[in-house]
Amino acid sequence: MVLSASDKTNVKGIFSKMGGQVENYGAEALERMFVTYPPTKTYFPHFDLSHGSAQVKAHGKKVAAALVEAVNHIDDIAGALSKLSDLHAQKLRVDPVNFKLLGHCFLVVVAIHQPAALTPEVHASLDKFLCAVGNVLTAKYR
Amino acid sequence: MVHWSAEEKQLITSLWGKVNVEECGAEALARLLIVYPWTQRFFANFGNLSSPTAIIGNPKVRAHGKKVLSSFGEAIKNLDNIKTTYSKLSELHCEKLHVDPENFRLLGDILIIVLSAHFTKDFDPACQATWQKLVGVVAHALAYKYH
Repeated sequence: MVLSASDKTNVKGIFSKMGGQVENYGAEALERMFVTYPPTKTYFPHFDLSHGSAQVKAHGKKVAAALVEAVNHIDDIAGALSKLSDLHAQKLRVDPVNFKLLGHCFLVVVAIHQPAALTPEVHASLDKFLCAVGNVLTAKYR
Repeated sequence: MVHWSAEEKQLITSLWGKVNVEECGAEALARLLIVYPWTQRFFANFGNLSSPTAIIGNPKVRAHGKKVLSSFGEAIKNLDNIKTTYSKLSELHCEKLHVDPENFRLLGDILIIVLSAHFTKDFDPACQATWQKLVGVVAHALAYKYH
């Protein structure tokens, strides 16, 4: 799976539409993931996961920042997220299936807040991009 | 048998009442074929699927999307009996259509995104969770008679 030139344009475009809101989108995606897929909560036993949790907000901000970093270095996502990839492989060891779940919830959030911008073509590109990020984060697992 | 709380049943039926089955079905199927192009393998006789524009405008895609989502409506009318409701359809998808059940999960997730774009803030986390459960149950029922 390779990001084409138009995929990259689509992804940059929709992230620029999200602007500063992307931090909130990160938090909302996490909340939706916890509610929809309860097993994902097992990675956050130390968090308050109730609605509006400050910890979830902060973590959502981190997730969003990583996505933005990937967008800003979309020609070399592996390079941009190399340290995060190490972290997930050595310390966090989040099962790979969960990246798809969070990616899906992020798409849901974008659909809710930017319905007009999430055309089928942009949807496809964004889905590919989120897959690529997930692949990078799990690339060093074994 | 799947257990549905009263709240879940309410979230399903009240949202379904506002869904334009023809539009939503067409959009969901089109997005499936665009976002996951390998799913086009089942629709070789649908004519022009060469671009997103072609897919969106394709009358066979629209008609089939409507058919698929209308069938979804049957599940909603029979929430306590989805496996039985889909028994024959499951056999059909296995024996005649040869569709990998993974495709039902893909379509289910696409439907969630179409509903999200349509209902925006009304599609809150509880609503999403309930509908994810529903599409999962439908996918499971459609795969149930596979052998």
